[in-house]
Amino acid sequence: MTADALTGRLSRIDKARSYDWTGLACTALTAFAALLVVLMVAVIMGNIAFFGWRTVTWEFLTATPREGMTAGGIFPAIFGTVALVLLMVVALVPFGVGAAIYLHEYARPDAWYTRAVRFSVNNLAGVPSIVFGLFGLGFFIQFLGRHMDRALGLDVVWGQPALMWAALTLALLNLPVVIVTAEEALRTVPREAREASLALGATRWQTIRYVLLPQALPGILTGAILSVSRGAGEVAPILFTGAAYFLPYLPQSPTDQFMELGYHIFVLSTQSPDVDATKPILYGTVLVLLLLTFLLNLTAILLRSRMRARLAGRQ
Amino acid sequence: MTPEPSSMTASPPSPTPPRPAPRPPAPRRDGADPADGTALQTRNLTLHYGSLPALKAVTIAVRPHSVTAIIGPSGCGKSTLLRSFNRMNDLIPGVRIEGEIEFAGRNILAPSTDVVELRRRVGMVFQRPNPFPKTIFENAAFGLRMLGLRDRAELEARVETSLRRAALWDEVRDRLERSALTLSGGQQQRLCIARCLAVEPEVILMDEPASALDPTATARIEELVLDLKAAYTIVVVTHNMQQAARISDRTAFMLSGELIEYDETPRMFTSPSQKLTEDYITGRFG
Repeated sequence: MTADALTGRLSRIDKARSYDWTGLACTALTAFAALLVVLMVAVIMGNIAFFGWRTVTWEFLTATPREGMTAGGIFPAIFGTVALVLLMVVALVPFGVGAAIYLHEYARPDAWYTRAVRFSVNNLAGVPSIVFGLFGLGFFIQFLGRHMDRALGLDVVWGQPALMWAALTLALLNLPVVIVTAEEALRTVPREAREASLALGATRWQTIRYVLLPQALPGILTGAILSVSRGAGEVAPILFTGAAYFLPYLPQSPTDQFMELGYHIFVLSTQSPDVDATKPILYGTVLVLLLLTFLLNLTAILLRSRMRARLAGRQ
Repeated sequence: MTPEPSSMTASPPSPTPPRPAPRPPAPRRDGADPADGTALQTRNLTLHYGSLPALKAVTIAVRPHSVTAIIGPSGCGKSTLLRSFNRMNDLIPGVRIEGEIEFAGRNILAPSTDVVELRRRVGMVFQRPNPFPKTIFENAAFGLRMLGLRDRAELEARVETSLRRAALWDEVRDRLERSALTLSGGQQQRLCIARCLAVEPEVILMDEPASALDPTATARIEELVLDLKAAYTIVVVTHNMQQAARISDRTAFMLSGELIEYDETPRMFTSPSQKLTEDYITGRFG
């Protein structure tokens, strides 16, 4: 650059600036994008709350659907959803945490099988949920269930869509989330804690059990919370594996089919004989699903904050 | 505050080896003294982190029921040497160790060593106080529980004994069920010492145990170390030469992974035989 050109540039910097239109446009556009998110939440929540709140009565929450689902309540669906999510968590957390412990504590980081596990975890997270549904149908029901029936000499007990298979399918879907968050939680336990335990003559497993896991528990719970939110809303994985179109009674055992809120919403909005009559019920059901997810989350978050407080020495 | 009288009278956890009366003329240069016996003895201990040498043929004998200080500038290998005594270096990937470390008549580097048992007998106190986020009681009882002790009365008795030995009992007796994290830094470090004492080790390794503490808390830890040496063999790594001079019976000076000099502490600080030692302790480098 010649001296003249440089002076030219400098003088341009000195010159009184006109208004910064580019900057303003960028601010406006990004702010609009951010605002859009708020608007979407407001519209969805507002719309559902506005049209749904009148439907959500005590009767609605505790009764079974009547008259081709144009009247009555949604209790079987609420019950089914809660049972499904609880069963899922019971199956999911031990496996997820187990895999995380293996990856973090035992596996050699660059061994081929460690990489294979990580590769699988990452890819499992990318599989569409409907594929999990098909897998659940093919593996759990048609393969595992049928063989169990045959081995136990039963008629069709396990070899059909059921609450348990749906819960297991959902658990598979959420496994990556739990593994990743649990491993992250284990990683945040300070090295000093592990060393202190080992230096006291604790075995590796004792160190995991009594030092690492208690300190990682809030983080593990975060993974469980995420999976519960997702599990309560996913319809595709349970479509073939256990959700029922309509059941006037509650599931009595893990081998029974069940109604579920998400699937019920799908049924109400697409399969109903009288769309206008089911509309209030549809809104009410969506509201209940949102509230239920919120409630499950809230419980877990409160539990987590209590654990954190205890770990930090504030009781 | 004065130290707990009971910590002075606390009985040694293991029977003291019998000491023959006559002393031989002069100890060997590595500090081994047949008369006193040896608590820990390394022979040509060489350690690499990957390709990086951290210890070079270190041969040193630690005497029982005494305080041995290891001094030297940062990165000289003093912590690495200390962490070899309870095989804490095993936790670091890519460590290679050659040579021998003899403890209780056995080479602890042998693959057949029960590392869990070794670490119970050779306890460790770390640089930063690292109590578990559990109650004070559960911290002191941790090692015992890991050994399978369930009996509540026995646990309580042993927890009290170790807290007394660590001169912490009077400060915490009323709040054993409070979180250990509510204690001050100095109290936390004494709790870590108590936690270590509870499993009745023979040797206590201390890795700069007072470097994260204020002067008052440091003084209390030093007092405690002097109290404890009647019953335990103590090896303490420190970057604080005054501290080494105050509390240790013998001092080892390390530089770049080598043991430069190892002698009685008073002699080490008044008339060191090595030029490098003299330069270091007079503050010419380090």
